[in-house]
Amino acid sequence: MDKFESFSGVAAPMPLVNIDTDMIIPKQFLKTIKRSGLGVNLFAEMRYLDDGSENPDFMLNTPAYRNAEIIVAGDNFGCGSSREHAPWAIKDFGIKCVIATSFADIFFNNCFKNGILPIVLPQEQVDVLMKDAEKGSNARLDIDLENQTVTTSEGESFAFEVDPFRKHCLLEGLDDIGLTLEKVTSIDGFEAQASQARPWV
Amino acid sequence: MAGRQVRAPEKTIAVPDHNVPTTEGRDKVIENEDSRIQVDALDKNARDFGINYYPVSDVRQGIVHIVGPEQGWTLPGMTVVCGDSHTATHGAFGALAHGIGTSEVEHVLATQTLIQSKSKNMKVEITGKLAPGVTAKDITLSVIGKTGTAGGTGYVIEYCGEAIRALSMEGRMTVCNMAIEGGARAGLIAPDQTTFDYVKGRPHAPKAAQWEAAMDWWKTLYSDDDAHWDKVITIRGEDIAPVVTWGTSPEDVLPITDVVPAPEAFKGGKVEAAKRALDYMGLTAGTPLKDIKIDTVFIGSCTNGRIEDLRAAAAILKGKKIKDGMRAMVVPGSGLVRAQAEEEGLADIFKEAGFEWRLAGCSMCLAMNPDQLSPGERCAATSNRNFEGRQGKGGRTHLMSPAMAAAAAITGHLTDVREMM
Ligand code: SF4
Repeated sequence: MDKFESFSGVAAPMPLVNIDTDMIIPKQFLKTIKRSGLGVNLFAEMRYLDDGSENPDFMLNTPAYRNAEIIVAGDNFGCGSSREHAPWAIKDFGIKCVIATSFADIFFNNCFKNGILPIVLPQEQVDVLMKDAEKGSNARLDIDLENQTVTTSEGESFAFEVDPFRKHCLLEGLDDIGLTLEKVTSIDGFEAQASQARPWV
Repeated sequence: MAGRQVRAPEKTIAVPDHNVPTTEGRDKVIENEDSRIQVDALDKNARDFGINYYPVSDVRQGIVHIVGPEQGWTLPGMTVVCGDSHTATHGAFGALAHGIGTSEVEHVLATQTLIQSKSKNMKVEITGKLAPGVTAKDITLSVIGKTGTAGGTGYVIEYCGEAIRALSMEGRMTVCNMAIEGGARAGLIAPDQTTFDYVKGRPHAPKAAQWEAAMDWWKTLYSDDDAHWDKVITIRGEDIAPVVTWGTSPEDVLPITDVVPAPEAFKGGKVEAAKRALDYMGLTAGTPLKDIKIDTVFIGSCTNGRIEDLRAAAAILKGKKIKDGMRAMVVPGSGLVRAQAEEEGLADIFKEAGFEWRLAGCSMCLAMNPDQLSPGERCAATSNRNFEGRQGKGGRTHLMSPAMAAAAAITGHLTDVREMM
């Protein structure tokens, strides 16, 4: 996984609540056995018209937001199915950070596995960021993971929380499986004990 | 797997469900190329890594959340994970069961562990008794209607109370199945005699002395009276009515006797969301829910694709015909459920009523296989998600119990099943 570097980028405002994973990546795109190339299908049903052409009204099709790297959204972003295609599509499109008042748990976890930073902020702060994002490509948000801050184009700065271990993994681009396998003796020990205590499993 | 081995293949099961067609001949060839490649890849991987596998040619094949319990893989006290959000279903056995993403599946396969932080505890208590015509599906939808789809985020729910205790294992699975629609990654019910009776004798359940040892431990798996809860929700069983959803989120749920709500009745971001939902659903505020006409009925899914669900629907359909022009299908949750329904004569009731009798799979729950809604088509479904496009682009979904779906198939509009009982 690539290291997560601090960056400044255009933020697309999506002031909807309950943006679900079916919206993020409709199920007809789940049949791929690859993780790449899903960016063109991100938000497909809102993004394209019935004839397959782009819906000019959809945020990410407008010139200002075509290269957005951040999404600012309403409550409960990423609810619905556990499909990891949702963060894969987001990542492949070029989005590195999603800011919302809350996220669905599975989606939230999936983001970290894929080098995407989900940031939870209170409603008033998300409202400020939403306003800033609405200014289009002239306004860029600064995302600083090291110092855990988001800064608007006007210089207003908000601090966010992130689990220290997850932060470390994002910053270093660490692979979870490799890290876990370093603890294989503890896993062996646990399993030996568990198969004595619960031999029927 | 990047050259790694599966750490515990004997504790791992695999079954194709989401993308397989549910029509005859699928064991010979799956026409859709992407699906075929995906199923072939699963086939090869399961065999290469020695994972317990139920291919489409096996009568035990079905939806993973139905097959796991049916085969006795799911036991009280276990930690169960699967790359699917409805893994919460297995919580009905007092297992900690939740959905995970693909990378996490990879992590579990390689290490048999997962990095987790502790969830908060939510207690959902359903007191008293359910009225006639009210089912486990109505319980679980009513809970979501009360908490909202994000109400359970960060929590594991324990369902308890007299009405939950009175449910069969199948009903309990229906309740836990939709914990995720309420935002909770897992929902569970303390195991009791009902649980043990269900598990006993299943192919992978413990036997003889191990059964006794397992029972001793399972009986200790309940919450203490003074357990700490971060949130408590109590609903009177008597207050739950047969419900349907009117919008595009499972929280958009109301008793069948109600009317389509006005967006202005909501607060905050939900006003916009409700406007969008009514527009998508083609509904006008104030319309009685019972006046909503439907085109299609889908009975099945991991929420309501078990034998009791089929029995409940068949009881309503017996000796009746579906409305002219109605498209209706029953998709049993597993090959074994299907076989049992045939043996009990339920299949004949469905077929005589005009239903299509399908092979096991996820089918029209999610439009990843040939069973889909067309734009504007309106469906009474026993599945768990009514998101935009869930059952096909532009398709409109109303969630409800199997009995309610059967009633709607007969009348051609959303119907209060109590009037047909
Ligand atoms: S039946 Fe529907 S919800 Fe259940 S596992 Fe299949 S697709 Fe998922």
